[in-house]
Amino acid sequence: MPADMLANGLRRVGAGTINAVSRLGYAARFFVAVLIHSLSAFRRLNLTLREIYFAGVLSLVIIMVSGLFVGMVLGLQGYDTLNKYGAGESLGIFVGLSLVRELGPVVAGLLFASRAGSAITAEIGLMKTTEQLDAMEMMAVDPIARIVAPRFWGGVVSMPLLAALFSVMGVFGAYVVGVRLIGLDTGAFWGNMKAGIDFWPDVTNGIIKSFVFGIAVSLIAVFEGYDAKPTAEGVSSATTRTVVEASLAILALDFILTVFMFRGLGT
Amino acid sequence: MSAVASVCPTANAIELTDVTFGYVRGQPVLRGINMTIPRGKVVAIMGGSGCGKTTILRLIGGQLRPQEGRVLVGGQSVPELQREQLFALRRKIGMLFQFGALFTDLSVFENVAFPMREHTTLSDELVRDLVLMKLNAVGLRGTAQLRTSELSGGMARRVALARAIALDPMLVLYDEPFAGLDPISLGVVGKLIRELNDALGITSVVVTHDVYESLKMVDYLYFVSEGRIIAQGTPLEVHASTDPFVRQFVDGASDGPVPFHYPAPPYAEEIAVHAG
Repeated sequence: MPADMLANGLRRVGAGTINAVSRLGYAARFFVAVLIHSLSAFRRLNLTLREIYFAGVLSLVIIMVSGLFVGMVLGLQGYDTLNKYGAGESLGIFVGLSLVRELGPVVAGLLFASRAGSAITAEIGLMKTTEQLDAMEMMAVDPIARIVAPRFWGGVVSMPLLAALFSVMGVFGAYVVGVRLIGLDTGAFWGNMKAGIDFWPDVTNGIIKSFVFGIAVSLIAVFEGYDAKPTAEGVSSATTRTVVEASLAILALDFILTVFMFRGLGT
Repeated sequence: MSAVASVCPTANAIELTDVTFGYVRGQPVLRGINMTIPRGKVVAIMGGSGCGKTTILRLIGGQLRPQEGRVLVGGQSVPELQREQLFALRRKIGMLFQFGALFTDLSVFENVAFPMREHTTLSDELVRDLVLMKLNAVGLRGTAQLRTSELSGGMARRVALARAIALDPMLVLYDEPFAGLDPISLGVVGKLIRELNDALGITSVVVTHDVYESLKMVDYLYFVSEGRIIAQGTPLEVHASTDPFVRQFVDGASDGPVPFHYPAPPYAEEIAVHAG
């Protein structure tokens, strides 16, 4: 019956929409709860420092190595294109702006979501599956204050630092390729970069972007872990959702932030 | 708060009156449960898997709220408590989860110290001594510095028991404490539940389906089936019971009031349809 099929289809769309909106509302309430309990995360700084170590320090290798390679590739590709227009000497500013404004925050954010975000979701999800969160509740300890808030702030603090390190390593990679391998003038490489990149707005906007990405990735990671179904399949799905949602959130937020930040700058 | 033993202020540690609860509206898991657990006793709640035993524990601990009826713990109406009041009550309740629920990022020592560090201002020296005392009570003082991943299932359950009694609670709830244990560990955990209950003057509620172990160490048993209490009594009364459900449960018979087959259309009809 076409009418029945249509009604069923509409019902499914309606149920899906209600479910999505209700989950979004739950996530918003969860975010508020995390903020409310953040004071305890700062008061017991050792818990947050531990999470900065797990999310930040343990992500250093992947971030720095990736940054180096991305910078080296940028150096090669950038020089090849710029040189066609006789602007090979502008490699420094090209690489610097690309990394500081876009690639540093975005690629570091994507790597951070894959490396640390997935780990945070899996850890909290497994704690839920093995009733550790319930046990904490029954011991009159709020898991949002004890488990979630330190991990959230650990991620938020780590992300801009990792993005900055990514950019530094990228610039170093481009320097190795451009100056050491291709033979560009060292002074021109650094001089153009220094002249063409301003601390405000270029560097600060990059930092703001990475900070926003840090909030988005960390919130998605802790929420998905906390909301995971307490089964092996549930934790696996939650971990996948973290990586997918966090990656899409980074790319969408990057576009929105870029529109506002660099509008009318003419650069 | 200091680590002073909590004493239940009322003669009955727990009272459930006409409690009804369901996870899905219109599908009650518990229907009209009435239960009185006197202070200082070890009481078992028994029944098959999925009959609502653990739900009763969650109602007592305030993790769930009943749709109808009253839940009193130490004279306080649990469903009416605000979050802070509920947390204050939970500080006087220990709970042993089915597989221990030890914190995997902490050592054995830190797991037992966790409630003390969260809720008291005791010095590190005092916490250390208390943790070693609790671990000694469950026979595992030597494991203090081990990771939880280095413990066997039975040892993890005993460490979780040490953590449950860390703040000297007035009430300890046990969710399937015997599940998946070898006979020796099972006997040890059963003996510990009884001895700790008597030595510390606490009240214990044990949710289990282990008839043999329960009958050895509890004061009273409730049998739950399909969300109702269908039998109750002391271990002697249970042994002598002629109630068909109790007999099936105690004897471990595969068929009886609890049928072997899940409800299905007539076998012959279904086979014939399949063959046709």
